[in-house]
Amino acid sequence: MLQPIIDADGAPFWQYAAQGELRVQACADCGEPRFPPRPCCPHCQSFASEWRSMSGQGRVWSYVVPHPPLLPDYAEQAPYNVVVVELAEAPRIRLVGNLVARAGAALNSLPADRIRIGARVHVVFDEESGLPQWVLERS
Amino acid sequence: MAGLKDATAIVGIGQTPFAKRLPEDERTLACRAVLAALDDAGIAPGEVDALASFTMEETDEVELAKAVGFGDLTFFSKVGFGGGGSCATVAHLAAAIASGQASVGVAWRSRKRGSGPRPWTNTAVQLPTPGQWTRPFGLLRPADEIAMLARRHMHEYGTTRDHLFNVALACRNRANQNPAALMYDRPLTREMYMTSRWISEPLCLFDNCLETDGALACVVVSRERARDCRRPPVYVHSAAQGLPAQHHGMVNYWNDDPLTGPAWTAARHLWKHADLTPEDVDVAQIYDAFTPLIPLSLEGYGFCGRGEGGAFTEGGALEIGGRLPINTGGGGLSEAYVHGFNLINEGVKQLRGTSTAQVPGAATCLVTAGEGVPTSALLLRS
Repeated sequence: MLQPIIDADGAPFWQYAAQGELRVQACADCGEPRFPPRPCCPHCQSFASEWRSMSGQGRVWSYVVPHPPLLPDYAEQAPYNVVVVELAEAPRIRLVGNLVARAGAALNSLPADRIRIGARVHVVFDEESGLPQWVLERS
Repeated sequence: MAGLKDATAIVGIGQTPFAKRLPEDERTLACRAVLAALDDAGIAPGEVDALASFTMEETDEVELAKAVGFGDLTFFSKVGFGGGGSCATVAHLAAAIASGQASVGVAWRSRKRGSGPRPWTNTAVQLPTPGQWTRPFGLLRPADEIAMLARRHMHEYGTTRDHLFNVALACRNRANQNPAALMYDRPLTREMYMTSRWISEPLCLFDNCLETDGALACVVVSRERARDCRRPPVYVHSAAQGLPAQHHGMVNYWNDDPLTGPAWTAARHLWKHADLTPEDVDVAQIYDAFTPLIPLSLEGYGFCGRGEGGAFTEGGALEIGGRLPINTGGGGLSEAYVHGFNLINEGVKQLRGTSTAQVPGAATCLVTAGEGVPTSALLLRS
């Protein structure tokens, strides 16, 4: 499985995720959250930023179900789902991830026919990979 | 300000055969396409002083120039973002020629995407920054990235698989008229489409472009010079690039409104500098790496309202005789996928009256580049 190829701007996100925290970058001056992380604020041009804790609640904005040809580790699990989740506190912050049956479960652990756009989800963390995952609020 | 309007013209086009595998390498194919385009124009290679291509083009200016015998080059540029750069190559040449930086420009693309590797299988070289936010989760391929937008478009606007089939069918029908098209002798039916294998739900096999070996080129000169060339000039009436504020590339999931992409930005500039409106366009060549790019582009370039791109395809609208015939050589879906360069050359053929699926009396043609990525577009007229 591919691990994130992390750059300086994105590193804090992955460090917090490995600790089981979902945080997004926000401007320390004007307060606007932004994603993906970047060196300065596109609203006020400040270079001061903070990492704001999120509740981990969100809704499915869209999803796909990839089938082969895929990279071998992914082909083994296909068909699986990939979702885009809008965060409850910041609807313009949308995270790509996988909707799974429970924390640490495989990409294909939730049948694709259980997924609906608009479904309420919350974040969990895969302890092995350190990646955030998503589970249905009502399963 | 004089601007670009009709200041330059495409006077030559050239192409190699298209195939899943061609024996020659990309450099040789590039040379063949460029020389064919210059021969079509009636211009000697020694007169060429400007070049434009894609950053993904593997044959660089030095190799091409010394192989085919160009003169001294005074302008050369390369445009990024894969298929989003196709029309911009012509736009850069038009700007260079209109501003006196050069007099004879060649744009080209040579690619062995049919027999060569699929870019997304390369795990060492990633697209800049966005890769870390998407690829670990299995959003691996451009098809997956666009399928995400397609699903949302279906949800918000009622776009259906039948609408996407209309796109695939129009391209295939035109390819069935074009002996140079890879899918010339392969008709498509609704049953074939609806029962084909998934690639990334909601997209199936026929929603994806071909994988092709081939090369194409075109020649751009000033309107004055164009009068002396071998073929009727096809004028660059308007040209635009588009990279919207807060845009994120193909994975444009992180701005206010992901369903309005670069096409909308390019379109505003394109129409602002044109004497034409979308209603005046006789035929369009719309970048079709994936079928959902057509409804998104139809909305972006103003052929219909927001969310109406799916419905626009109904009733044979995209076929010859319909409201807006598209991709009349078969497009990337059914002629060849060479980063959209075949769409430029097909636009020229339509305005010369020499297309294999000629729109009667076509005098204006919109050509677009990849939507989703930072893009470009040309409005051509005869």
